[in-house]
Amino acid sequence: MRKELSILIIIIFGLFLGLIALDLTFGDPDNTAMDDYFIQNGQEQAATNNIVTTIVFDYRGFDTLGESTVLFTAVIGVALMYRKLVKGDADENE
Amino acid sequence: MRMSKIVRFAADVLFGAIVIFGLYVIMHGHLTPGGGFQGGAIVATGAALVIVAHSYEEVIGMIKKAVLMAQESAGLVMFAGVALIAIGLGTTFFFNFLANSGSLFGMTVPFGPNPGELNTGGVLPLMNIAVGIEVWGGLAIVILYMLSGIGKKEEA
Amino acid sequence: MLWNLPYIVVVLLAVIGLAIIFLKRNLIKIFLGVSILTSAVNLFIIALGYREGGIAPIYTYAASEKMVMATPQALTLTSIVIGVATSALMLSFAVIIYKMYGTVNVDEIRELKE
Repeated sequence: MRKELSILIIIIFGLFLGLIALDLTFGDPDNTAMDDYFIQNGQEQAATNNIVTTIVFDYRGFDTLGESTVLFTAVIGVALMYRKLVKGDADENE
Repeated sequence: MRMSKIVRFAADVLFGAIVIFGLYVIMHGHLTPGGGFQGGAIVATGAALVIVAHSYEEVIGMIKKAVLMAQESAGLVMFAGVALIAIGLGTTFFFNFLANSGSLFGMTVPFGPNPGELNTGGVLPLMNIAVGIEVWGGLAIVILYMLSGIGKKEEA
Repeated sequence: MLWNLPYIVVVLLAVIGLAIIFLKRNLIKIFLGVSILTSAVNLFIIALGYREGGIAPIYTYAASEKMVMATPQALTLTSIVIGVATSALMLSFAVIIYKMYGTVNVDEIRELKE
């Protein structure tokens, strides 16, 4: 029963996504004003050739700060989880 | 879990080359495809190679986990610190105060396609280095901890 | 049909990932399904930003001035790193659960309930 319900949900979800996907056109995005601005002005505002790096670290630096925090938190979580398993490790980290 | 001498020697030789390539990707993050995250992941791959080739006990004798953890924290603090310096200078958070200033990383670039000059980009190379240090330490410590768990299980 | 082939691939990947998450009982396979779903989302964001005949938005030795949209690529970079962090955390959970319960089957874990 549970398995049939799961398959039904997956089929409905797939049809839903497929109908949306058939409507989209590939290779011709509509609203490109923001990206055109970045590509036109990124070189003089940040003095950088790589526009992706300009966006990651300059225009959207807050995103990257949050991303670094997520990575840091995940590594701290992994370290805390393994800490009890590894014997003789408790004195090293203190 | 200790590999043969040939594998260990090859891993030691390749580790240098992988680290150099990762640092190159980090340093040229503002000119070519790449950056702090990718370069840090490459260097961490080299660390994984050494950890797999040598045994866990041998590696844990060479480098402490606390050092890697401190390295990761230092990267994050450096990243936030570079962003905070901009507030101290009277501008907004994450303002690119070094761009076009003529000092460190401060050369201007002409508009359009150009060969690229390493001494450009303002604070972006500094942030790339900071993030590279952070990702290097973080991924290396994750690999080290996972290998420690596996080694423990085989003993028991 | 062929002009939105990337979106069809995205739908296939998303359905495969969701099917793995719903139907499999092994924790590690569920985590692999989450990773496949993440890849589908990344491919979707990248495909949305593609322009016909555009090159990567990097001016070093650029062949032309027509470039693809740069913001989706930057946000996908963020998404990939967060995916790596999530994968590391999830696989560590799997290791810990295996050590505590002796199994990674979600049904058996639910029955044990210490």
